Amino acid sequence: MANLIQRVALRGDAEAFAELFRTYAPRLKSYMMRQGADPMTAEELAQETLMTVWRKAGLYSDERGSATTWIYTIARNLRIDRVRREVPWQALPEGHHETASDDVAPDEALSLVERKSRVQAALQELPPDQYEVVSLAYIEGLSHNEIAERLGLPLGTVKSRMRLAYQKLRSAVEDLNEQ
Amino acid sequence: MKITHHPDEATLMSFAAGSLAEPLAAIVATHMSLCPSCRRDVAMLDMLGSCLVDTLDATPLEKPAPDAGTLRSQTEAAGADTAKSSRDAAAFRDLDDLSGNVPEPLVRLVGPSLDNIAWKRLGYGIWHYPLPLSMSGKGDLRLFKVAPGQVMPEHGHGGAEMTLLLRGSYSDEFGRFGPGDVADLDEDAEHQPIADPEVGCICLIASVERAKFKSLLARIVQPFTGL
Ligand SMILES: [Zn+2]
Repeated sequence: MANLIQRVALRGDAEAFAELFRTYAPRLKSYMMRQGADPMTAEELAQETLMTVWRKAGLYSDERGSATTWIYTIARNLRIDRVRREVPWQALPEGHHETASDDVAPDEALSLVERKSRVQAALQELPPDQYEVVSLAYIEGLSHNEIAERLGLPLGTVKSRMRLAYQKLRSAVEDLNEQ
Repeated sequence: MKITHHPDEATLMSFAAGSLAEPLAAIVATHMSLCPSCRRDVAMLDMLGSCLVDTLDATPLEKPAPDAGTLRSQTEAAGADTAKSSRDAAAFRDLDDLSGNVPEPLVRLVGPSLDNIAWKRLGYGIWHYPLPLSMSGKGDLRLFKVAPGQVMPEHGHGGAEMTLLLRGSYSDEFGRFGPGDVADLDEDAEHQPIADPEVGCICLIASVERAKFKSLLARIVQPFTGL
């Protein structure tokens, strides 16, 4: 995927873009629908996410972050803006990696693929109760209180499940941070 | 100057998930602009978001992908985006650059300097300056200035609420909070903050439940106003 984005970035490669579009747009449409958008709006937002990737691909660099993560953050912010109609305070990764180069070790870029595969593995290994709260937050867009209501659990239980999931992820990538 | 108090891990996760209420997200974003370790952790949590989206089934699109002509016309519009992005990049400065000024994420709401804020007096030794949220943003976001040595009555919060210290410090049962530090207390926590005896403090407080926050304010201000 990073390769496809680089082809888009370096050469304005429409074929590479078409492949990215085929891979991501249908999943992003599902994401937007799970967040409460009607199918038509969800499709528009999926299209718009990919158009943003096209327009901003020149800013994307392999060294700065995972390509799929970049696409996710664009979709998430668009959703906050257009589905929740709130101001997204979340910065897109392209912003901070440009100036905060000192937090990213030079060889950290090489470990991005490794990092993503570890995050993915840690996600799959989460116990079902932790996976559930994480998924409700990310995919359904529910707040801590809304998750507690949905599952009929005390707020403290929801938060502690999230913290446990977070700690597992962090320990899965910890040694990469120290490189 | 070193940050010792960070947002709760569950708060950071909801921030990356895009499911944190707007005023709380404002606190996290401002803290992150000063805190490399939270930036790194949120980058990991963003990655988790992309892994979760990868697990979703595809929903077929009704319309075709944009054609070459549409793509070309978008490329021409892209120049403006590039300029904007380098401005966004300035959003991330480190704590040492803060030196009493407004962290970049807040500049559009507050202006660049903490010295030019049109404070409104709330009670003896305490001033505030409410910040606007979007039309659908729920809750309350405002700056507070507290006079040196001011003691707040002991109180709880009862609702999602966060405080970010911008200048000076305060101390309470949970420790000392200086610039960049965040108090992300559990709902049932009680505390009695005391502002720095030399310089007092300026902080940003976000609250999701407006009614509870207002009644809390009234209780805090009451002993000083004698109402
Ligand atoms: Zn932090």
